[in-house]
Amino acid sequence: MTLHKILPRVLLAVGISLGLALSGCSGGPDYTAHDITGVMPDLEFNLTNEKGEAVTADDYDGRLKLLFFGYTNCPDICPATMARIRAALGGLDADTRDDIDVLFLSVDPERDTPERLQRFTSSFGDGVVGLTGTQEQLKALSKRYRVTYGYGEPNDNGFYLVSHSSAIFVFGPDGRARLLVNQQESVDELTADLKTLLNQLD
Amino acid sequence: MMDEIILWLTPWEPQPLLIALFAIVACCYARGLARRRRLRDIAPAIAFGLGLISMYVVMQTHVDYYAQYMFFIHRAQHLILHHLGPFLIALSMPTAVLAAGAPAWLNRGVRGLGELPPVAACYRFVQHPFISALLFVGLIYFWLTPSIHFTAMLSARDYWLMNLSMAVDGLLFWWFMLDPRAPGTTRTTYSTGLRIIVLWAVMPPQIALGAYIALAPDTVYDVYAVCGRAFPISPIVDQQLGGLITWIPAAMMSVVATLILLRFGFIHERSKPESADRPSASPVKEPVT
Repeated sequence: MTLHKILPRVLLAVGISLGLALSGCSGGPDYTAHDITGVMPDLEFNLTNEKGEAVTADDYDGRLKLLFFGYTNCPDICPATMARIRAALGGLDADTRDDIDVLFLSVDPERDTPERLQRFTSSFGDGVVGLTGTQEQLKALSKRYRVTYGYGEPNDNGFYLVSHSSAIFVFGPDGRARLLVNQQESVDELTADLKTLLNQLD
Repeated sequence: MMDEIILWLTPWEPQPLLIALFAIVACCYARGLARRRRLRDIAPAIAFGLGLISMYVVMQTHVDYYAQYMFFIHRAQHLILHHLGPFLIALSMPTAVLAAGAPAWLNRGVRGLGELPPVAACYRFVQHPFISALLFVGLIYFWLTPSIHFTAMLSARDYWLMNLSMAVDGLLFWWFMLDPRAPGTTRTTYSTGLRIIVLWAVMPPQIALGAYIALAPDTVYDVYAVCGRAFPISPIVDQQLGGLITWIPAAMMSVVATLILLRFGFIHERSKPESADRPSASPVKEPVT
């Protein structure tokens, strides 16, 4: 076969597969968030909670989990995201809300002591758990979800910025990775996504 | 100090097969050099070594960590995987040295594989000037499509698919471009003029994409915010640097390759036997009386 005969077929095949890839033809339910089912591994960690107790992912088994990486000194994204989560959960009925854990994972263990974490999480309602860990534990968990964090240079007051993931990871009650929620997603969209996910899981 | 060196040399995501492949190629090449003992192997060996080491470094050291969490380092990684590394390797024409160093069974195996009709046909197909240019630019655009880029950075499998596809396509493209043999020697050795056209055809799309990224007022690739950056840097600066790397050095490679091709062209022209229709260099003038 000469090139002139093969070429149109190859181009057609490339075009079709590109079209499929771009349209996200997965056949699953419609989310505003990215569906990461099967893309990312199940939730697994060894960390310390805001009471100073060692915890693992198994301690949150059977409940829907929203995981966010941040730090309490965060000037903008972290408090804003926590407020958005709180508002989004407010759109669910009380029973459902009780079965959801919000895990706020501090990647700044140097400054975020258990007390500090507790002060921070308590201002965002019940069901918010502050977690942190050693650098080794934090690195293991962040690498597992292909996210990272880093520290800026401290200023004269010793204050430093921390770069961290801005996404909310949603895990099913079985610990399976389900959704990845962007900063652009509105409160209503997040509520709708959580409802869709809960319906799908039932 | 020692710890830091170990940290930098440790692959962020070790790929044993890839490390083995690099080791085999490096061993064969070193053995080939030692067996041939030719002075004129030195310059190509430097090019080959630089190309191979740079490709290894961006994939299997701590550089890969930064490439995963900084857009501009990711672009630099692809510049090396798709342009610079393969360019240097192709320029060094390593086949003879590799063949001299590889064990006989490996040489037989590779040659046998290359002679299989479907493999040879596929090779001729991807090395066709049009397909080659399409693949070269197409892959850059494909992996930089924001939704595809997003998944590629989040899924471990797609990430390696992306990097390896860039490396393989880079090797194919520059192998085709920098073939030093006289045009027509093999079915995939195209004329210098045609190759220069391809080189210049792939330039504008790369410039357009690089400029689009560098000059975009908003974030084009939000995956780096989603995953967090390796150190705090303004997202827009990260994006502008990445755009510039896609834009300028990538396009300049076409210019450098053009110069090399012109030199090849001159060498072939000079070594051609004198033909009858060629005008004499210094025509004898009739004496004027």
